[in-house]
Amino acid sequence: MLNFALRRALLTIPILVGLSIIVFAFVRALPGGPADALLGERGTEEQEAQIREELGLNEPIYVQYGRYMRNLLSGDLGTSVRTRQPITEELKLRFPATFELAIAAMLFAILVGVPLGFIAAKRYQGVLDNTSLILSLIGISFPIFFLALLLKYIFAIRLGLLPTIGRLDITRSLAHPTNFYVLDSIIAGDLAALGDSLRHLVLPAVALATIPLAIIARITRAAVLDVTSADYVRTAQAKGLDPRVVDRRHILKNAMLPVITIVGLQTGLLLTGAVLTETVFAWPGVGSWMLEAIRFRDYAVLQGGILFFAVLIVFVNLLVDISYAFLNPRIRYQ
Amino acid sequence: MRSVKRGMLGALALLVALSLLAAACSTEDSGGGGGEDTGEATETLAFGTSADPIVLDGALVSDGESLRAIDQMFEGLVTLEPGGTEVVPGLATDWEVSDDGLSYTFNLEEGVTFHDGEEFNAEAVCYNFDRWYNFKGSLQNPAASYYWQTVFGGFSDGKTDSLFESCEADEELVVTLNVTSPSSSILAALALTSFTIASPAALEEYEADEGRVDEEGIFSPAGTYATEHPTGTGPFMFEEWQRGDRLVMTRNPDYWGDAPGNIETLIFQPIADPAARLQALQSGEIQGYDLVDPQDYPTIEDDDQLQLLNRPAFNVAYVGFNQAVEPLDDIVVRQAIAHAIDRQAVVDGFYAGQGEVATQFMPPELFGYSEDVTTYEYDPEEAQRLLEEAGYDLPIKIDFAYPTDVERPYMPDPQANFEAMVADLEDCCFEIQQKSATWTPDYLDNVDNGRYGMRLLGWTGDFGDPDNFIGTFFQTPQEAWGFENEEIFNALDEAEAETDEETRIQMYEEANNLIMDFLPGLPYVHTEPGLGFAANVTGYQPSPVSLEQFSSVTVEGGQ
Repeated sequence: MLNFALRRALLTIPILVGLSIIVFAFVRALPGGPADALLGERGTEEQEAQIREELGLNEPIYVQYGRYMRNLLSGDLGTSVRTRQPITEELKLRFPATFELAIAAMLFAILVGVPLGFIAAKRYQGVLDNTSLILSLIGISFPIFFLALLLKYIFAIRLGLLPTIGRLDITRSLAHPTNFYVLDSIIAGDLAALGDSLRHLVLPAVALATIPLAIIARITRAAVLDVTSADYVRTAQAKGLDPRVVDRRHILKNAMLPVITIVGLQTGLLLTGAVLTETVFAWPGVGSWMLEAIRFRDYAVLQGGILFFAVLIVFVNLLVDISYAFLNPRIRYQ
Repeated sequence: MRSVKRGMLGALALLVALSLLAAACSTEDSGGGGGEDTGEATETLAFGTSADPIVLDGALVSDGESLRAIDQMFEGLVTLEPGGTEVVPGLATDWEVSDDGLSYTFNLEEGVTFHDGEEFNAEAVCYNFDRWYNFKGSLQNPAASYYWQTVFGGFSDGKTDSLFESCEADEELVVTLNVTSPSSSILAALALTSFTIASPAALEEYEADEGRVDEEGIFSPAGTYATEHPTGTGPFMFEEWQRGDRLVMTRNPDYWGDAPGNIETLIFQPIADPAARLQALQSGEIQGYDLVDPQDYPTIEDDDQLQLLNRPAFNVAYVGFNQAVEPLDDIVVRQAIAHAIDRQAVVDGFYAGQGEVATQFMPPELFGYSEDVTTYEYDPEEAQRLLEEAGYDLPIKIDFAYPTDVERPYMPDPQANFEAMVADLEDCCFEIQQKSATWTPDYLDNVDNGRYGMRLLGWTGDFGDPDNFIGTFFQTPQEAWGFENEEIFNALDEAEAETDEETRIQMYEEANNLIMDFLPGLPYVHTEPGLGFAANVTGYQPSPVSLEQFSSVTVEGGQ
């Protein structure tokens, strides 16, 4: 087991090096640069030349890459061209926001998706099954952007139940030792702030959860159908076991394996895929930050952010692989 | 795994319970309602901005969102009348210009203190000017000290000439600024947010200019002045700033001036998406926001809980002609183009009722605007007649370019404008070779280097002086325009140097007449950007240069 994990972990090194090169090259291939974006129609040739010089953009590309890697290895992701703040610092502020939202969305997707898939499988080809199929198709294909506007219109503007933007009511103050607001309000023992931060989580989490929810529901359904026709299930039923016990102990437990894989992979995607959701809900996470960086051609932030996301995905995949091997011993020996 | 299903049911129940709890909280909170405010909320105003400020040090920024925040906390020697561009006293009560136009002597307001309790006086003023003049290294980057360089040119190191000579604290409350050559636009420029006066003690204590320049040449402040301790004399004081989330300011209880509004706490919340800003206003989470999407104007106007305010036009969009490209060097061709384009139709079609057709290269709000410029009515037949009379074979081939991947306040949809104009031109008498490029860097580079014949472009004013519009375009020969017209160059030079206000206005009016006779380009629209507010917010005075004070804003309690 340890051997497998180690081997798998070592494999990530070439992946990470390759990633850093791709990200570095990709960001530099974008049209325009900070010099142009900073000055717009006001820029004169000399001013732009001065900025390019200062940003080291006139040096050969491999020198720029070498310098970039050296800083990277010392944990320095650089400085934002626009805000002049260290990227690592800003990441510390923003990543908890993204993480909190991803967890909330994933919880929602699991809590609704797994039962939905299970019920659909039990009512195979019944009305419920077909309805859930249609719903999950809609879930996958509905643009998050539009769904978010719609949810906000109904629950915030029409019903006045939930807020449309931010992580906390703007007039409420709360200390942020962790930047996970739910955690922060628990630490502060502030129940009102806890309720408030949960309220702010509801709509963005639901909007963000639609795609993983639909996928989880479909995977659960397929897995449950698969397991239901297995011999040991037939045996359990034949010996007169309580059907609820069969569902719980024999079907659901065994059907969870592929679901866990999907949950892992989708969590990775959620952490990175929240750009639109975060922007529409003015959620101060990494996603909205990336979009801002694109808008202002902030190379350094883009580079740092994309690399951070890429590394995150690599590690989530690594974890999923290892946990899969842990759950299913056969994998280790292949 | 024994009770997966029960566990899941339990979790579901928990979620339902949490939602109910959340809903219960919402009835206690004042935030959720539909625009009607309860009593206590009247003194807090949340305003939706399009982005976070960069830093809160006026000397180091030129972007609108930083300036907006700094304007609430800082003041300059002079300012602009609310809602206009006329220079009025700020921290200076009055001023005098020496006969040679080289010295400006200001009498300062008495009894003014900075937010940290330090006294405001002539030495504090000179401390600030000397600070800017002595910027070094990365602080000389135009992305940092853009306005200093625009107005005063170089720094004390003498690499580039500077208009700034020295600052002298003559008496406790009398200060003199000496400049190296007369320039009448200085006074209006001093109203810029970048020249507001900060507390010298705070600048030093929180190390405003300390920092490191990283290997990529970016200055990152080591001190906390610009992020945690901005200290001015303005009606609001800095409270806290959570990047990406909120900037909180509170009323300055010791404010020396007039602050008729009732806002105790002012919060700027960055909401990048305009649709999200509108929804936050509709749900009552914010009470106002800037940069309303033109397509949302009707939504706000039709909602009696909301109101739409228009910012007076302070920009211009134009079709520029490069006279180095034939046949644009021929005045007849330029006139024909001007007659061939139906500018009114473009403005009606793509500006959601927030634009007016431009007759010259600066907006009507600005002094020096001329009522007597030659105008060019839409008249394709006249265009055709002019060209035929001059002996041209129609259609005339000409290239015309527009920028992609960009929207500007003066040009929300460049391509749509472009296509409408091309259709007009081709209907009349031209054959257009269409060109386009991404806004940065290609398009702007091509324009600056004179690679296009005709092109779409525009400008938003920085400060209330014609020098900032027609002076920027036409005071010197530029490759983009490709012409040398000494009469126009001289007229603008003289107007800039003139110190008598009345004469100066006339000179700019005449310059505008000259320019529109010469027709170096065809200005086609000035736009009025919209701001959305809750209906119970009064006293907000939109300014053409976006210098807007929340200290005059009142939030009315339950109506």
